[in-house]
Amino acid sequence: MHVNVGELKKQAARVRAETLRIHAAAPETRVASSLSAVEIYVCLFYGGLLRHNPADPRDPARDRLIVSKGHGSISLYPILADRGFFPKEELRRVCRPGSFLGGIPDPVIPGYETVNGSLGHGPGVGAGMALALKRQGSDRRVVVVTGDGELHEGAVWEAFLFAAQHKLDNLILIVDDNSRCMMDDTARVVGLAPLADKFRAFGWSAAEVDGHDVEALAAAIGAAQTGDFPGPRAVIAQTVKGKGAPSLEGDPLCHVRTLTPQEVEELTGGAP
Amino acid sequence: MSGPKKRMRDSFLQAMKERMAAARDVFFLTADFGSPVLDGVRKDFPDRFVNVGISEQNLVNVATGLALEGFRVVAYAIAPFITMRCLEQIRINLAILSQIRPLNVTLVGVGAGYSYEVSGPTHQALEDIAVMRALPNVGVWSPADAATAAAMAHRALDGIGVRYLRLDSHPLPDLGPAPTPDELKRGFRLGGSAGAAAAIVATGYMSHLAGGVRDELEAGGIPVRTVDLMDLAAPDLAALAAELAPCRAILTLEEGFVGRGGMDSLLGQHLAPLLPKAKWTHAGLEPHYHFEIGPRDDLLAAQGLSRPALAARLIDRINA
Repeated sequence: MHVNVGELKKQAARVRAETLRIHAAAPETRVASSLSAVEIYVCLFYGGLLRHNPADPRDPARDRLIVSKGHGSISLYPILADRGFFPKEELRRVCRPGSFLGGIPDPVIPGYETVNGSLGHGPGVGAGMALALKRQGSDRRVVVVTGDGELHEGAVWEAFLFAAQHKLDNLILIVDDNSRCMMDDTARVVGLAPLADKFRAFGWSAAEVDGHDVEALAAAIGAAQTGDFPGPRAVIAQTVKGKGAPSLEGDPLCHVRTLTPQEVEELTGGAP
Repeated sequence: MSGPKKRMRDSFLQAMKERMAAARDVFFLTADFGSPVLDGVRKDFPDRFVNVGISEQNLVNVATGLALEGFRVVAYAIAPFITMRCLEQIRINLAILSQIRPLNVTLVGVGAGYSYEVSGPTHQALEDIAVMRALPNVGVWSPADAATAAAMAHRALDGIGVRYLRLDSHPLPDLGPAPTPDELKRGFRLGGSAGAAAAIVATGYMSHLAGGVRDELEAGGIPVRTVDLMDLAAPDLAALAAELAPCRAILTLEEGFVGRGGMDSLLGQHLAPLLPKAKWTHAGLEPHYHFEIGPRDDLLAAQGLSRPALAARLIDRINA
């Protein structure tokens, strides 16, 4: 598959800047978790890796995207707006009274499939959707995005076992492996390493990739989607929590950190 | 009680089996919980039957995913497990999500109340009514006999939404004729004497005990109205209040903890204000876990839930 790397890089820079601006106006948003996943969402929506139809967000011909780490998807808002799921002006109203764009997204937002505020639900619901699509003879895929800390939830491992049992080769899991949960480094809380080996032991294929290298990430997601592995596929995107905001990148507590408007202005080079 | 005893789960599953033969969009999930009738479902519809294993959280999540793609889904497990082990999955993916996206999911829990009388509190559903009642957008259906369970199977598939169906594990006789569509819609069916000044409102297995109490009182010259409450989330309370308008004494009777948000809370908070002249008493299980093994009726009697004790309790209200 041909991927326009330059375009993906350009979109990632734009989305990162817009995410920071949204955060400046809505400091309740989880910016660090959202910044680590920027390239994941960009590759899906601008890399030809997720069939979508903004004019009909529930188009049966779409691929299903479940953003299980819902809080960490504020960076998806500028993408959905740009693709035409809702007007761009809505981005200026995030977390304001009357807006449908909250600090944690719900499927009242066009482009979101499920309720994601509580962690650990996406893999199981995604497995159910993937099973349904297979039984219905559909060739559509289900893409689930989780964080790494989210994998502490036991229900995800129930889902991983289930997906392997039913050989759900239309289920793609992308782990935004930013190595941090809320209070500390994930490895210092409950370690997940070796994560790829865990997936393989559970009957999944697993690829590890730099989650900020759009060329490598798009290639890994594309390979997971089109490969002939007879079961579910995991892409572990190794990322940096707070990517693009140095004060967040180095802070183990960045999950709950808020950037000041001045920091955002310095990072984005001023107002849009 | 009269007539042959039948299991609710058998009639429910038989009805589901017939519907699965007639429509390809009905999907059956179980959390490694079976029955002879379910073996037939598994055999006849291998493409629409999945045993997810002992994993109720995943059961509910997979059910949600299937339902989002258009299947009408039945998820089947032991009652306390399918309601409380996976409560957050039900809340997030069924109660909240179904308010935004249409879903048809029926959670079926077997083992209402003390059904599993020798298994102890882990397997007994004593809080499920209260827990499930707390969730908006989730129906709570409580049949008292096999005919009602079968009728609810059809009602679930013919509708839309999410509901929890609470089945007894024991074979029971039919409480009366199968409920009519109108009775199912209203969520209750009536027995005993119209216009009586005393009434017992009960659900599930306790509707059979209520019938026994009624018969005992009526043999003594005290007419009693009985209500089998089948819908514990949103019954037609205005219609029920109209039926019970002549009542001056009302006993509620459930096989769940009293004073903890169960049927007594539903009726005490929402029906009692419509019947200001009635004196109420709420009977159920004391909020305490019991580890005694015993015949179910002995376990109930030990907590004052026997025919004579309940009859005396209602008479006390009549005379108050």
